[in-house]
Amino acid sequence: MSTFPSITVLTALPVAGALALTAIGTRDKRLTRWLALAFSLAALLLTLLLWHRFDPASGVLQFQERYAWVPTLNVEYRVGIDGLGLLMLLLSAIVVPIGMAASWKIEKRVSLYFALMLLLQACLFGAFTALNFVHWFTYWELSLVPAFFLIKLWGGPRRSAAATQFLIYTMVGSIAMLLTFLALYLATGKFDLIELSQLAQSGHLIFDTVTKVGWHHLTPQHAALMIFAGAFLGFAVKVPLFPFHTWLPSTYSEAPTGTTILLTGAMSKMGLYGFLRILLPIFGPQMQAVLTPLLWLAVASVVLSAYASLAQRDLKRVFAYSSINHLGYCLLGIFAVAKFTGGDLSLVAQKYAAMNGVLLQMFNHGLTAATIFWFIAMLEQRSGGHRGLNDFGGLRKVAPAFTGLMGITLFSSLGLPGLNGFIGEFLIFKGSFPLVTWAAALSVIGLMVTALVILGVLQKVFCGPLNERWAAFPDLSMGERLTLAPAIALMFVLGLYPQLVLGAVNNTVIQMVQQLKF
Amino acid sequence: MLAWTIYISFLGALALLLLPKGSTTAARLLALAAAIAGFAIALVAFLQHRTGELITITRVPWIPSLGIEYHLAADGISLCLVLLTGVIAITGVLFSWNIEQRTKEFFAFYLLLIGSVYGVFLSYDLFLLFVFYEIVIIPKYFLIAIWGSTRREYGAMKLALYSFVGSAMVLIGLIAAYVAAGAKTMSLGSLAGFHFSPHFQMAMFPLVFVGFAILAGLWPFHTWAPTGHVAAPTAASMLLAGVVMKLGAYGCLRVAMTLFPLGLSSWGFHVFGLGSWRDVFALLAIIGIIYGAMVALVQKDFKFVIGYSSVSHMGFILLGLMTLNQIGLSGTVVQMVSHGILAGLLFAVVGRMVYDRTHTRDLALLGPMNLNRAIPFAAVTFVIAGMASMGLPGFSGFVAEMMILIGAWRAFPLIAVCAGVGIVMGVVYVWRAMQKAFFVEDGSAPAQSPLPPITLPERLGAAILIGSSIAVGLYPQMLLKIITPALNSPLFDGLREGGWR
Amino acid sequence: MMITSYSQLLYLAMPEVIVVLTALLALASDLLFFRNQQLRVRFGVAAGLASTGCAVAIGRLIYSSAQANVFDGMLVANPLTQLVQVALLVLTIVTLLLCVDSTFTEHVGEFVLLILLATTGMMFLVGTQDILVIFISLELLSLSLYALTAFDKGTPQSSEAALKYFLFGGVCSAFLLFGFSLLYGLSGSTHLTQIALALHGSTLNPLIVIAVVCTVIGFGFKVAAVPFHFWAPDVYERAPIPAAAFVASASKVASFFIFFQIMLLGFAPVEGSAAWMRIADGWVPLVTAVAIGSMLLGNLVAIVQTSARRLLAYSAVAHAGYMLLALVAHTQQSLAALLYYVITYGLATLGIFGVIGVVEKQTGSDRLTNFNGLSRRAPVLSACFFVFILSLAGIPPLAGFFGKFYLFVSALNIVGGPHGLLWLVIFAIATSAISLYYYLQVLKRAFVASPPAGATDIQTPALTQAVIILLAASVMLLGCAPHLLLSWIDAAFRATGL
Repeated sequence: MSTFPSITVLTALPVAGALALTAIGTRDKRLTRWLALAFSLAALLLTLLLWHRFDPASGVLQFQERYAWVPTLNVEYRVGIDGLGLLMLLLSAIVVPIGMAASWKIEKRVSLYFALMLLLQACLFGAFTALNFVHWFTYWELSLVPAFFLIKLWGGPRRSAAATQFLIYTMVGSIAMLLTFLALYLATGKFDLIELSQLAQSGHLIFDTVTKVGWHHLTPQHAALMIFAGAFLGFAVKVPLFPFHTWLPSTYSEAPTGTTILLTGAMSKMGLYGFLRILLPIFGPQMQAVLTPLLWLAVASVVLSAYASLAQRDLKRVFAYSSINHLGYCLLGIFAVAKFTGGDLSLVAQKYAAMNGVLLQMFNHGLTAATIFWFIAMLEQRSGGHRGLNDFGGLRKVAPAFTGLMGITLFSSLGLPGLNGFIGEFLIFKGSFPLVTWAAALSVIGLMVTALVILGVLQKVFCGPLNERWAAFPDLSMGERLTLAPAIALMFVLGLYPQLVLGAVNNTVIQMVQQLKF
Repeated sequence: MLAWTIYISFLGALALLLLPKGSTTAARLLALAAAIAGFAIALVAFLQHRTGELITITRVPWIPSLGIEYHLAADGISLCLVLLTGVIAITGVLFSWNIEQRTKEFFAFYLLLIGSVYGVFLSYDLFLLFVFYEIVIIPKYFLIAIWGSTRREYGAMKLALYSFVGSAMVLIGLIAAYVAAGAKTMSLGSLAGFHFSPHFQMAMFPLVFVGFAILAGLWPFHTWAPTGHVAAPTAASMLLAGVVMKLGAYGCLRVAMTLFPLGLSSWGFHVFGLGSWRDVFALLAIIGIIYGAMVALVQKDFKFVIGYSSVSHMGFILLGLMTLNQIGLSGTVVQMVSHGILAGLLFAVVGRMVYDRTHTRDLALLGPMNLNRAIPFAAVTFVIAGMASMGLPGFSGFVAEMMILIGAWRAFPLIAVCAGVGIVMGVVYVWRAMQKAFFVEDGSAPAQSPLPPITLPERLGAAILIGSSIAVGLYPQMLLKIITPALNSPLFDGLREGGWR
Repeated sequence: MMITSYSQLLYLAMPEVIVVLTALLALASDLLFFRNQQLRVRFGVAAGLASTGCAVAIGRLIYSSAQANVFDGMLVANPLTQLVQVALLVLTIVTLLLCVDSTFTEHVGEFVLLILLATTGMMFLVGTQDILVIFISLELLSLSLYALTAFDKGTPQSSEAALKYFLFGGVCSAFLLFGFSLLYGLSGSTHLTQIALALHGSTLNPLIVIAVVCTVIGFGFKVAAVPFHFWAPDVYERAPIPAAAFVASASKVASFFIFFQIMLLGFAPVEGSAAWMRIADGWVPLVTAVAIGSMLLGNLVAIVQTSARRLLAYSAVAHAGYMLLALVAHTQQSLAALLYYVITYGLATLGIFGVIGVVEKQTGSDRLTNFNGLSRRAPVLSACFFVFILSLAGIPPLAGFFGKFYLFVSALNIVGGPHGLLWLVIFAIATSAISLYYYLQVLKRAFVASPPAGATDIQTPALTQAVIILLAASVMLLGCAPHLLLSWIDAAFRATGL
């Protein structure tokens, strides 16, 4: 156990920033923005420090802190990170400054906007490190508040409906999840996620729960599935998994783009994190029981959203659906890992691959999607609010640097080898094919359609004849290039040398898969 | 020492009446001083009292020929509720700072009400408890009838009559129990330990429980609540929804369930799937939760939304009472404290911050006023209060509702799921009211005179309430620490033997 | 113990003698010396003299420790009767003090004389167990009250009310006498215990039934129970304030006490029972029916009243209903409860009449609308009014609440177990919930409604104010510390050997 409460400090840092911003008020907008950015960069720095001190070889949770909070209910303040948590922390720390940069031009109530962003960052940090259900659930729920208000107060024309839908969907899922965990608590008296997963590994958890909860008119298997369904619903809405995704496109498109960056870059990962940290270890056998329907849903997510993004005319919607698609691959990988292999070592190795791919994809998609939306924000600002697919044309003639950098990002999203987007998808498919062959095969369609989408965007926005409206379209300024450079560079670096990330998470992945015992 | 909470309030009321006419500032300050003094005493007692066990404050014979004593005592549950009363008392005074008409009478009735409420929570002799419980009715009536707003005389009378009928039912049960136990003592401890015949308990329990539960807003006897809350002036609504409704729930727990625990056991036959009074009241509670939420959802008057939300939240408390397990009952007490704070806050925003400035509570009229620009403090406070009332973690409501849900899972799984639905509906109606009142951004901002800014007393009051909710939300252990031993005390033995798990 | 010497009889009846002498003294002094003085002075002197006389009588009662039973129950003196007589005298003193500021008549001496004669009648009434003496005392009381009611010669309504009272009362007294004669015929004695012995063992034959019914008629009239209450609204509304107050308070105390004694002692063998599902024939079910009727009618009709005095009259009918519960229970505890209730009720009623008197004088009538805004026009007066009304409504910590509580406890604490009269108690509590409505309406006028335009502050004469405050204080005191009165009552029971 580390003596310095690094994680608590990390989580508290953005909160302090938010308070500082509200104290400053609306007097000086420039100061507000820079202060906010400073706080988020400080958080990034701290995260990198954690990364540096993280020991990839050890299998235990690091930087743990554990205090009694509500002993009567066995609720603890418990935090700790392994490779997965660390990766997500880093992702959040990177995505938030990107989101802030994309929101630089917001004029209304600046301090409130950036304060809400910092609060959201704190919630993200908290959610990725908390290890006791109540503690974790607090962050999960609290994160909805700043997100809701960011959408509601600065969003587009149909923001009220979008914000409401977002809130209601997520709340319903959360309540279902709460009910599940209350049932688990009733049976075991525990809220601690690690202890619950250990109990689950021993094989008795769900059965004990079912007998103790005592729904006598259902068979134990059905009762177990109902308990699982609650938690599943909560996370399925968040990721999102088809068919619980309908909130996403309007929310992403109505939210101010800086918020969309946070939503797609980090918040959606909360859902996947939940699958990995909670659903898989605790409800493994239940997932296996319904594996085929789950796979169908994942495939549907991948394929249908790809086709949907093809049909969109609004750039934000295109990439909203594209997000569903990319995260669908992660779900595919997770479900593949859930498949029962029973000790067949070669298949277990494939599971390692798939899992690694999932983690990588989470990180990479976060980075890439964030950057894409950043570019879209810039497009919006430069064109006075336009972001339709057909509004532009031939921009490469007037803004070559813009085209180039955005092109790189788009190709990364497509999955071009050499850029970061490729490796994650590759590993997922490599691992899934032997495990869930038909599902993986069908998902390849998604890959192809995504390619069509990306190329279509490139073509319509940047290539072709120049749209005379944008003859004066300014190219990237030096400042913008400098700020974009780290992200782009990271895309290359991770594309060429994924070991940078894999090295840190590999051990965690092996641990996670081994603990699954099937 | 704790008895001084009662005495100071009553003395304060008397002193207020003796003030010369027209001394509004003196009246306010005196009332605030009395409220703070009461709270300070309660806080000191709370901090000193590490375990939740019963401490006797005063015990002297009162009417020896009838075995009635002046017996004040406090255990963990009483302490929590006394603290709540203290907080609401102070903030109620702060939010009534702007009353100009007949100020000293207002605060005199107010302090009388507070003193009686303290009395109920601290009484351990049933006669004494009943005396304080009845006294509450009168100041309530006058506070609403004189300083209220919409249909105040009707609302006040309805409230008074419903409360009186409820307490009449309780009186019958108490006298019957007293006589059946030999007419020797009215002490709660002795009567709780007396073994009444199961038949007797089966008949008396619903009588006394419903009698108290009327004041707690049990469906379908809740109809006084929305009318009364809306008619009442802000501080009275805060007290009414925040504390007085808890008197009913407290009575249910402290009196009905300890005196007649066998009344909760199975009847031996089933009617529409219900097999005991416990089932009946659990069903009524969940109906109250859902009904309150549904009706809150369609209200056009802002205050009615909050009024019906109180009915819905009190449903949680009543459901928690019926779980009959330690977690559910602890959660109920925490929910009493939590809802008390939050209801106070919500009514303060709607009544004091919004209505006193805009003179309308119609959501359709409030929307175009762009209140989140005009009075941002009110908007922020309502958002926080609304989130807390939805059950957002980090605030007091979450822990309480979670514990009640756990308790309900154990006892009635189906009802627990319905309660979950109720929570979701809670989100929806709070969101709707918040959206319609504060955040309608339709672009057109009609020119209107600027609203008066939020005053210092209001800010203080809001800060105190929000702080309390966060304190309980982040550190519920401070309450649970004293509630659990209280629930394990001999007083609840009968309940434990009956149906506890 | 037989006493043959009349001087000894006089000695025993000293308190009553003192009162009579005081009455004559007051009359004489007023007619001889003070005839030409101001009304206020005359009233002051007369009331002062009379009060002093009553005070002396009280002293005599408290310090004498004689227990006696003269002429086979014709005059009974024991701590219990002494208690009731003291209470009666106190109520009389208060009534006299309230008279002081009256202006309705020039015949001061006569007025005071009549009050004291009525008091004498009451004192004899409670101190006897012989039906003949009961009847005579009752007549002395009633005739005085009829005359007192007619005393306001300035308005015809006063005489009209007195006439109604007289006619109705006369008829009921006739019934009572007829009933008593039947009792004498059945038993050959006029003494209650001997009557009971004679009735013992006999079944409920028509003669006994008639006797019971006639007795209930006679006393039902006195206590204003349904359906013998028709005189009450008019008398309460039209009699001069002190007279109405006296009727409402002191005469109730005496009437209830002796009613209880007659039914308990005289008709013991034919009680019957009103227990749930086990109703047995006797006077108890009859009284129960009367009680139910009173509670119901009194409370329901009071709701629609617009005159404060009439409202008070109907509420008196309702309270009579509650008090009859004590008779239905007929235990020692219920007698104690009855005494507590009726005494504190008397105090509160006197207080209310005092307030009504002040308001009436300054605003011209007792319409409820004249009470609008009273709290702003006369703060102290309305505070006392608040106490009295809430005591009648049965709100703790006032005396009226404890009275009801003790009454209900005693009704349930009977031999057959609490189940027996539970239904009746529930009914009583339910109807008292109705009563809260109209009491709050009255208070609403005083505290909530605004004063009529152009209304000035109401000035209360100092003595009346002092008396009202004292009454309010005593109601609160007896409510918070009921054992002050209860212990006295219990001691009286014990000392009497009951």
